[in-house]
Amino acid sequence: MQIIKDRQLVENTWTFITDDSPLPEIGDITVTLARWLADKEQLLKRSSQAGVRLNPSDQIEQLADDLSKIAVIELNFPIFGDGRLFSQARLLRSRDAYQGEIRAVGDYLPDQVFYLARVGVNAFEFTDPNHIQEALAAMNNFSVRYQASTN
Amino acid sequence: MYQYNKQDQILIEERVNEFRGQTQRFLSGELGPDQFRALRLMNGLYVQTHAPMLRVAVPYGLLSSKQLRKLASVARDYDHGYCHFTTRQNVQYNWPELSRVPDLLAELATVQMHAIQTSGNCLRNTSSDHLAGICKDEIEDPRPYCEIIRQWTTLHPEFAFLPRKFKIAVSGATHDRAAVQFHDIGVYLVKNEAGEIGFRILAGGGLGRTPIIGQTVRPFLEKQHLLSYLEAILRVYNLFGRRDNKYKARIKILVKETGLEKFTAMVEKEWLRIKDEMLLTNERIEEMKAQFAPPAYDSSACNDSSFDTHLSADAGFAKWVKYNTVEHKIAGYRGVYLSLKAPDSPPGDMTDKQLEAVADLADQYSFGEIRSTHRQNLVLADVKQADLFTVWQQLDAIKLATPNIGTVTDMICCPGLDFCSLANAGSIGVAKEINEALDDLDYIHDIGDIKINMSGCMNGCAHQSVGHIGILGVDKHGEEWYQITLGGSSENEAAIGERLGPSVPKDQITATITTILDVYVKQRLEDETFLETVKRVGLEPFKERVYANH
Repeated sequence: MQIIKDRQLVENTWTFITDDSPLPEIGDITVTLARWLADKEQLLKRSSQAGVRLNPSDQIEQLADDLSKIAVIELNFPIFGDGRLFSQARLLRSRDAYQGEIRAVGDYLPDQVFYLARVGVNAFEFTDPNHIQEALAAMNNFSVRYQASTN
Repeated sequence: MYQYNKQDQILIEERVNEFRGQTQRFLSGELGPDQFRALRLMNGLYVQTHAPMLRVAVPYGLLSSKQLRKLASVARDYDHGYCHFTTRQNVQYNWPELSRVPDLLAELATVQMHAIQTSGNCLRNTSSDHLAGICKDEIEDPRPYCEIIRQWTTLHPEFAFLPRKFKIAVSGATHDRAAVQFHDIGVYLVKNEAGEIGFRILAGGGLGRTPIIGQTVRPFLEKQHLLSYLEAILRVYNLFGRRDNKYKARIKILVKETGLEKFTAMVEKEWLRIKDEMLLTNERIEEMKAQFAPPAYDSSACNDSSFDTHLSADAGFAKWVKYNTVEHKIAGYRGVYLSLKAPDSPPGDMTDKQLEAVADLADQYSFGEIRSTHRQNLVLADVKQADLFTVWQQLDAIKLATPNIGTVTDMICCPGLDFCSLANAGSIGVAKEINEALDDLDYIHDIGDIKINMSGCMNGCAHQSVGHIGILGVDKHGEEWYQITLGGSSENEAAIGERLGPSVPKDQITATITTILDVYVKQRLEDETFLETVKRVGLEPFKERVYANH
């Protein structure tokens, strides 16, 4: 499936592994924060890349020492109105100087992409493929910004 | 007032286009009702009893005559010929058709008006003192800072999906006319011991179901740090404000549950990290101040003697001057209140004809500007005393000269059950009935400064909990009943009204109010205001009379 990354359509190479599934031997994977903290060493020993899927209630500070080893952080929207993820993205970029990919996943709207891009989210995965084109267009909804931003 | 530059104009036009697309996607079934709900609310559109209600932003209550004329034509073309001024100094239309709202917004954009963030869980319109720039008790004009805040809040990418709505007010005077202590963030311009002007920042105030007085998080903040401080508060709120229960989601609950000390520490920690990246330069502040430079006052305005002649010759005029005009910092000028509380019209409502007539008056007598107040009236801020008599006559002809500002019939009132789908009880009808019962102006003037605030439900849009007399509509087995509180205030001596006793049925509410006034008249000492009397004697004498027959 395709996702948006840095404003381009690219093929998704990442898979989210739920806590009750075993870690696959190969392939880029993301896991929950809890699993990352528990199985960090094992995850980093694999030959493929590893990332973390954060939920809005997760404490991103728990990742502080690991950020340089994490290729992708997914911000998972349980519902589109949960705005905590916007501050998490902002903090990851500005406070923690996180350089990897920040990807929005879960239940959110193409209408939010403009805002998400401005707080540092650079990749967008949608469950509904129709949303991809809408999201690409929505990134250009506004040419004017009043606030400094991380993108 | 602030003049839009090209960028400001492009932004509101782009927002119209975005909303047009969102509306089309909803009408074609592509967007579900819940998704569209959140998106339309962020653009001021509610679904109400009869039709959608659209709330238009009036940033810190400042309007040009051109904007007023546009509000009039929109009222005529998209609504039933009137609009409603709210307690956040905004304007509401109660009858637009959803499919035509994008066109309506496009029209508003031609005069630099919009509905951005007038509802929804986001940063709302910043409100301020309606006498800003003209009052004698001002430390500094708050409007340049309001505009700086307006721009910072507009489409702020990080804070578009907050736990709940978020309101900021700024006051620059020693007398608080903007209910600053009842805002999510309240900002006072203050002078420190060194004589420098900066801000006192309050957080966690609010009305609604759980009225709470805001607490000071920083007694003095240098001007250059205004935005970084606001950003730090918002970030803490966005991350830690409750999202599990919408009635506990406002920042007031976060401050209360976290404790002021800990909350302040969280804010300060974040602020120290970001403060140097977000400095407001002196240059930017000065540029913004220039946008609110005083108009070209006539220095000979105070030489006029006709004003005094009219005052002594015409008792009606004198009464109006006493109640509906206010002292101005420039000699020979006064500020003029336009009462939107005529006895026979719903509080805060204006017709298209009235709007246009006021626009003409503003052009002719007050530098083309109009202000809306949080008590739902309008102000012409800069009228020469020599023009007051003519202005009075013209206002009288359009029913905007009822001399009742600050009196018992200058009620704050929400649209209530007649329009609002949230309401439990009517408010407009009750306001009318109270008005009819108090038709003797001499009596009204004798009882003096009393603020009655009436809301049709717990959401408290009309700020009943801070009314000197608060009236709250409640539903009792499908009937409209009213709960009464006494002793509230949103001004410097901020207080939340105390409940008088059991609620009263609709057919007794007017009699109850007149009884309360009667008790005041009997109890008051010389020159004592209603609020002072309530403070001194307590609720008991009022209770005794109101519930005498129960």
